[in-house]
Amino acid sequence: MSLNDALLDPTGERETSERPRLARPLSLDGLTVGVLDISKARGDVFLERVAALIEARGIKVKRYRKPTVARTAPMAIQQAIVAEADVVVEGLAD
Amino acid sequence: MQENGLVVVVKRDCPTCVMIAPVLQQLVEQGSLMVYSQDDPAFPEGIADVADDTLLDASYRLDVEIVPTLVRFEDGREVDRTYGWDRAAWESLTGIGDLGADLPAFKPGCGALNQEQDRLAELKIRHDDTPMVSRHVQIGAKEDPIEACYERGWSDGLPVIPPTQTRVLAMLDGTTRSADEVLGLMPSNLDACTVEKVAINAVMAGCRPEYLPVVLAAIEAVLDEDYCLHGTLATTRFVGPVAIVNGPIARQIGMNGRGNALGQGNRANDTIGRAVQLAVRNIGGGKPQGVDRATLGNPGKISYCFCEDEEGSAWAPLTVDRGLAAGANAVTVFAGYGLQGVIDDLARTPEELVETMAASLRAVDNVKKFPGPDCLLVVCPEHERTFMEGRWDKARVHKELMARMAVPADSVLRGLGGMAEGVKPEMAGKTVSKLLPNGLMIVRAGGGAGKFSGIIAGWTPGTPESSRPVTKEVKT
Repeated sequence: MSLNDALLDPTGERETSERPRLARPLSLDGLTVGVLDISKARGDVFLERVAALIEARGIKVKRYRKPTVARTAPMAIQQAIVAEADVVVEGLAD
Repeated sequence: MQENGLVVVVKRDCPTCVMIAPVLQQLVEQGSLMVYSQDDPAFPEGIADVADDTLLDASYRLDVEIVPTLVRFEDGREVDRTYGWDRAAWESLTGIGDLGADLPAFKPGCGALNQEQDRLAELKIRHDDTPMVSRHVQIGAKEDPIEACYERGWSDGLPVIPPTQTRVLAMLDGTTRSADEVLGLMPSNLDACTVEKVAINAVMAGCRPEYLPVVLAAIEAVLDEDYCLHGTLATTRFVGPVAIVNGPIARQIGMNGRGNALGQGNRANDTIGRAVQLAVRNIGGGKPQGVDRATLGNPGKISYCFCEDEEGSAWAPLTVDRGLAAGANAVTVFAGYGLQGVIDDLARTPEELVETMAASLRAVDNVKKFPGPDCLLVVCPEHERTFMEGRWDKARVHKELMARMAVPADSVLRGLGGMAEGVKPEMAGKTVSKLLPNGLMIVRAGGGAGKFSGIIAGWTPGTPESSRPVTKEVKT
């Protein structure tokens, strides 16, 4: 193959550098925990129990719900979580 | 190229160039002409300083179309040109009278080598004169390009055609759309999906350039919000994009809507569907074990594309059902999987046949799942004939099928028949329907022999939150 005839990258040419995870907080004291129900079957049952356990420790909980599991969260919900919660718990599978 | 004077481009393989060799020699001796030879620097004989243009770079820069081409430069700029042999034009351009007095007054030239398709592509690439802006991936001289594509994660598991600049440039000739046109943001990475990126993936899939407009329409369809590409990728269910092509373009590019329409062996069917999936994989990052979480998937996730047999059918095509004019070139994309056969050798009336088809539709996914997923019913020619003998057009078949989708909830309750699956107990006494009102599409395809239709089941019931079929017209 001629050197002039390079292959063309078929990908979106996204940077391959990994995004570092946010550091986990050492304690939940004083933080707000978001609980996101993605509308998977019985996710609400699981998350409500998690929320109750967190609240029992005196930690503030905010509840969020995606309208459908089929689609990514609407921008308004994403923005509310970013604005109001410090950490988020969600249930991914049924 | 020179600042002042004359330049001529010739080739030995051109009889006109051979005929005018004495004229060229005369002009060179008078000190005003530089000769470029496209195929043989020893031609024309007797001229000492013929410039070797076998790489055709000078011809390309001059954009020569015919040899001989004679050009006059003044102060580095072209001021005049003529091509072929036309004594009057040559005398006027050179300012020298009585040129080639023993030659005929006129003889047309020949095609220039730099205009031959493969040479022209090579020249455009060497002169960086292409619309492509994608990152170049240089591979080693001894590296196998197909293996290099595997190693970079660009393959769906089968070998891909290495997307060289030459092949991508040729692919882009298949459309008049600009290479940098953005069709949308491709989930799940939401990177810009340009015509160029689609063309690269179409090369890898094995498409011919004339398929590209169909691939582009299919990509536009899956990028439509209604199709819900992110959700259909991330699902654990079976589906992938099923593309149905309508309109004269299907026949023009050699697609198959007849025998084995949903099977293998037709380049257009197989590579168009594959190009869509490769674009989703490579541009959007939708890879199995990554964003694609399918439990089983289905073989159609390599490629699932066919055309409706419009010429062979008495029914209105899918495009008309989808609100377009009959004869429109369009691609409809449906999130679907597999094929559930609907065999009825014995039905001789529409009334009998519709019962079989309705019962088969009610069984999709799970006989007790109500509602079930949207469905695409592919009716074979012999079954269409049975309907037509009773004067049932497609709209009538659709209506009669939908009327048979409702069953008493009591017959499909959870636990009934020893099966845990079913409708909730609170539905007892009510009626439930297998399909939502807009949950059924019908197309006509298949070979002439065999009473074998098929159901392509969808993802979920097609509510607005789920995936809906999307139709896009093909833009050439």
